[in-house]
Amino acid sequence: MTLAIDVHGLNKTFGDKHVVNDVTIQVEQGRICGFLGPNGSGKTTTLRMLCGLLTPDSGSGEALGYDIIRDADEVKRRTGYMTQKFSLYEDLTIAENLQFTARVYGLDRRRERVDAALERLGLTSRRGQLAGTLSGGWKQRLALATATLHEPKLLLLDEPTAGVDPKARRTFWDEIHALAAEGLTVLVSTHYMDEAERCHEIAYISYGRLIARGTANEVIAQSGLITFRGEGPNADKLAHALAAAPGVETAAAFGAAIHVSGTERTALETAIQPYREGHRWNEGAPTLEDVFIQLMGRSEDNIQ
Amino acid sequence: MKGLSWNRVVAVFIKEFKQLTRDRITYAMMLAIPVIQLTLFGYAINTEPRHLPTAVLIQEDSRYARSITAALKNSLYFDFVAQARSPAELDRLLRNGEAQFAVTIPGDFSRRVARGDRAQILVEADATDPSATGGAVAALATLPGQALRRDLTGAMAARGQTPAPFEVVVHRRYNPEAITAYNIVPGLLGIILSLTLVMMTALSVTREIERGTMESLLSTPVEPLEVMIGKLAPYVLVGLVQTVIILLMAATLFEVPMGGGWIGLSAGIGLFITGSLALGFLISTVARSQLQAMQMSFFYILPSILLSGFMFPFRGMPAWAQWIGEVIPVTHFLRVVRGSLLKGQDLGDQWRELSALTAFVLVVTAVAMARYRRTLD
Repeated sequence: MTLAIDVHGLNKTFGDKHVVNDVTIQVEQGRICGFLGPNGSGKTTTLRMLCGLLTPDSGSGEALGYDIIRDADEVKRRTGYMTQKFSLYEDLTIAENLQFTARVYGLDRRRERVDAALERLGLTSRRGQLAGTLSGGWKQRLALATATLHEPKLLLLDEPTAGVDPKARRTFWDEIHALAAEGLTVLVSTHYMDEAERCHEIAYISYGRLIARGTANEVIAQSGLITFRGEGPNADKLAHALAAAPGVETAAAFGAAIHVSGTERTALETAIQPYREGHRWNEGAPTLEDVFIQLMGRSEDNIQ
Repeated sequence: MKGLSWNRVVAVFIKEFKQLTRDRITYAMMLAIPVIQLTLFGYAINTEPRHLPTAVLIQEDSRYARSITAALKNSLYFDFVAQARSPAELDRLLRNGEAQFAVTIPGDFSRRVARGDRAQILVEADATDPSATGGAVAALATLPGQALRRDLTGAMAARGQTPAPFEVVVHRRYNPEAITAYNIVPGLLGIILSLTLVMMTALSVTREIERGTMESLLSTPVEPLEVMIGKLAPYVLVGLVQTVIILLMAATLFEVPMGGGWIGLSAGIGLFITGSLALGFLISTVARSQLQAMQMSFFYILPSILLSGFMFPFRGMPAWAQWIGEVIPVTHFLRVVRGSLLKGQDLGDQWRELSALTAFVLVVTAVAMARYRRTLD
């Protein structure tokens, strides 16, 4: 097993804010690792430290076998990074953006590579169009094509599909899986649960600390969470009352149904007892979302 | 028009005002600019300069000569800074700008005064900037009637009456017809280059930061020096094209003399363009938005126009303002351009200004390079 990312004890402070706190993370080569956590939890900062955009205050490690601090240049050469905000030149055409990237990385066979990238994207006929005029989904695909033009071994994606429609997101993820199949390692941050489920493994970070790690099923199992699903008239209206009950960690409406989760079975059963009448209850597997909401709540408690 | 709601106007007003005060640099600029500029320019600018550096060539050391120099000095317009030993040296002092005026008292002056034989002294003025010399030249008119009054006593007393015992011949050198355009048009080269180049480069880097493309750029293997050279080179071309256009228009439309000094002029243009671009780059490493970059550029442009000698005579300013002026590259560039075109200066006359420009380029480039971050830290 070869580790594409192997970093230990990364720390980063901005002013008096400890944005990344002792983050240790390993990702095996060829895997897609989903990087999750609430806003402001340090995901972007971690990604930026991995690709040499930020220097960690302390900690060390390797990306693709190169020291991320000493050999930042080597890492940069072999890493593709896609920023959260569309960051290609909107006033250059699609082809010009690709050509610029090809030149910056000093690639050979530039014309060939750019043409191939356009072909893969299906944008050959629109190569002369300004990048700024593309729709959100196309922009993201172009950004991905640009970030992978130099055939990196590691791909860091920072919320690549924010604000993109479901169909475009699916296409985007199909492309990511195709790249991973060719041996590329991907670390991708996201807020979408369906995307988290499409990752080989996930890492959950909150308030700068890595608090859960593993495959989706492992993370769910580790949580020790038990979820009851209630259905019946106005079941969704019970969320507020149930959330306050002892032993209930989360209670949330899903359409007309309600999910009530907690780690203590007896406490949960007591909590739903008053609502047995008129509602159908059964135990279901907790979803990744239930687990994350629980994790978010817990780490907040830890901080305070 | 539908009814105007004051509540809504007030809502927008409060929002706008809060945003205005939240951007600290804008806020500081709004308050500091009037205060700084009023004190700076209010005290500094004086369109009637006195105490102008004057070189003198005295070919006859006589009582009359001493009285004349004393009278010139008493007028407060002339400060004697050098005594030339030959007409050639006097000419050099005027050409290289060390002296604004050159006074020659000829060898037969006393004899001619005594004989009543059209005695003359020669005052040559560097009239490249007509407004700088106007007051002083006007003051010369009263000189013949007054300067020798105390010396002409006894038998000579009659010489003191009308007509005056001697006359002052004034030569306006380099711009004899006092054409303002000769002074302004070459000066505009410096101002236009600063305006476009400093601002364009300042904006070009902040734009990348604002749009987020800098983050992508930094994640590639590109080096800071590579970014700087690559980003600035197109603007060097812009600067050269502007220079050619301005010089062609100066020669054809305004018939500004093209006096030569091409080597010094080319060196000056090259240094000035480089310096302006480096300054723009430096601003972009400080500014956090395009708006701030714009404001900082203006903060530089204003003294460049007002304290460089472009608009108002440099020598009219008090010493402290001249010190500020000396730090501004436009000041030195203007001297090179005007010196080359109007006075035909050679490298020997210009080395001081060219060294000042070189120092500016080196310092600003070094600071800009040191400030440019390869990371987002």
